[in-house]
Amino acid sequence: MRQSPAPWSPGQRAAFAVGVAAGRPQPLNNDTLIDIAHVTFGYDASRTILNDVSLTFRRGKVTAILGGSGCGKTTLLRLIAGVHPANSGRVVFDGETVQAGERDQLYRLRRRLGMLFQFGALFTDLTVFENVAFPLREHTGLSDTMIRDIVLMKLNAVGLRGAAQLRISEVSGGMARRIALARAIALDPELIMYDEPFAGLDPISMGVAANLIRKLNDATGSTSLIVSHDVQECFAIADYAYLMSSGGKVVAHGTPDQLRDSDDAEVRQFTRGEPDGPVRFHYPARPLAEDLGMPA
Amino acid sequence: MALIQTLGARTLRWLYSLGHAAYFFADLVRFSPAALRRFGLVVAQVHAIGNRSLVIIVASGLAVGFVLALQMYYALVRYGAAESLGLVVNLSLVRELGPVVAALLFAGRAGTSLTAEIGLMKAGEQLAAMELMAIDPRARVLAPRFLGGIVAMPILALLFSTIGIIGAWVVAVLLIGIDAGNFWSIQQSGVDIWRDVGNGIVKSAVFGVICTFVALYQGYETQATPEGVAYATTRTVVVSSLGVLGIDFILTALMFSTP
Repeated sequence: MRQSPAPWSPGQRAAFAVGVAAGRPQPLNNDTLIDIAHVTFGYDASRTILNDVSLTFRRGKVTAILGGSGCGKTTLLRLIAGVHPANSGRVVFDGETVQAGERDQLYRLRRRLGMLFQFGALFTDLTVFENVAFPLREHTGLSDTMIRDIVLMKLNAVGLRGAAQLRISEVSGGMARRIALARAIALDPELIMYDEPFAGLDPISMGVAANLIRKLNDATGSTSLIVSHDVQECFAIADYAYLMSSGGKVVAHGTPDQLRDSDDAEVRQFTRGEPDGPVRFHYPARPLAEDLGMPA
Repeated sequence: MALIQTLGARTLRWLYSLGHAAYFFADLVRFSPAALRRFGLVVAQVHAIGNRSLVIIVASGLAVGFVLALQMYYALVRYGAAESLGLVVNLSLVRELGPVVAALLFAGRAGTSLTAEIGLMKAGEQLAAMELMAIDPRARVLAPRFLGGIVAMPILALLFSTIGIIGAWVVAVLLIGIDAGNFWSIQQSGVDIWRDVGNGIVKSAVFGVICTFVALYQGYETQATPEGVAYATTRTVVVSSLGVLGIDFILTALMFSTP
C-alpha cells in the first residue's frame, strides 16, 4: 500500500470545508479524532522535515507511526499539539483546526491530550506522587483527599502505587516511563501520544509498557498514538500503522498484518530490520579506496 | 561594503535579542501578580534562593567588615578622625558595599544556580511537558522565582551590611580599642534611616530584579545541551555583574546627588 490516499472521501472533504468556511468546527466523520491533511513542515527553509503528509487517526484506536530516526515522527506529534505551526496543510483535532499561535485554543486543546515523552520528562524536584498529582493540582479544584485517591489509582494502574513516595532519582528508566504514563493519564485525556515509549527499555519493561498502552487505551476508551521504531512491539498492540521514510513522507500504511505481508522493498527492509536496501546503510560518500588513497 | 553588511547584521541581531529579552521581562512582570496569589510558591523560592547565598553572604560580609574597619582606621587616624570610623563603615556598607557586593555574590551563587536549574529543566523536557499539560512554565516556574529573587536580594544585602558592621565592631572596638559607645552613637546620629538605609534597600531590590531576570532569561533561552547550560551560567555572572555595576552608578547619582 504505497503512498497514503486521502483519508476522507472527496465528498466528506468538501463538506468539511463548508463547515470550516462557516467558522464552525465540524467533524464529518465521527470516527476520526485527528486529520492531518497535506502537511509540510521544516524548522528552517533549508530542511524539510515533513513533506506533504496526510494521516488520519481514528477514535478509540491505537495507531503507530513507524520510521527511522530523523524521519519526522516526533515532529508530527509536536504539530498535533500545536508546538509548531505547519508551513502548509492543516492539522484538525476533533473538527477544530490546530492554530499554533492561538494560546487559549491550544491550551484548551492540550487539556484534552496527554503526552508521554521519550525520557519521561518527570519533574525531578518532586516525588513520584507529586508528579502525578501535578496536572490535577494545576487544572482542578479537587480536594487533597480526592487528588490522593486519583493519584493512587493512576499509579496502581501502572503498578507503582508502592513507589508513590520515592524521589525521581530513586526510580529506574522503566519505572520513570510508567510514572510519566500515570501522569499523562491523570486527567483522563481523549488522546494519549507516546513518543518512543519503548526506547532504552529492557525486554520485560518493554512488554509491560506495550501491554499497559493497549490496556489503558481499551479501559479508558481514549485514542492512542505511538511514535516508535520498535516494529514488533508496535505491531503487537496497534490497530493501524503508518510507515514514514527519511524524506518526511508516508510510504505505507495499513494494519500490522498488511504491513508485515507487504512486498514493498522499503516496508520489508524496515519491518525485517535489514541493514541495506532502499534505505542505505552508508551515508553518501566517495568510494572507500579513494578516501584511503589506494589505486582504483 | 562587506564590513557595513556585517555591522548591520550584528546590529539587527543585537536589537532582536534586546527586543526578545524585553518581551521576556514583560512576561515575567505580567505573570507575577498571578504568582503572588500562590504565595506558597513564592515563599518556597525566597527560602530556596536566600538559603543558597546565605553562607557566602555571611562570610563575605564579615571579611569585608574586618578589612573596611582596618583600612578606614589607618586613613582616619592620620587626620585625628578615628572616632568617625563607625559612621564611615556604616555608610559605606548600607549605601554601597552591602547592595553591590551582595548582588555580585548573589549573581555568582543563586543566579548561576537558577540558570542551571531552568536550563536543565529545559534539557530534560520538563518545561515542554508543562507546556503540553496546558500549564505555562513562565507562570508556574519562572514568575515565582523572579519574585523570590526580588524579595531575597534586599534581605541578603541587609544581612551583608549588618554582619559587616559587626565585623567592623570586632576590629575597631575589640582589637584597636575605639570606644564602643562612640562607635555606635556616631552611627545613630549620622545615619538616616530613609536616605541611607532605605535607598540601600531600594538599590538592592533593583539589583534583585536585574540578577534574577538575567538568570532566568539565560536559563530559559539556553541551548538544551551541556555546553549550552555551561555557557548560559557563565553569561549569567557576566551580564548580571555588568548590569549591577552600571545601574549602581546611575542609582547612586540619583539617590545621593544632594549633600
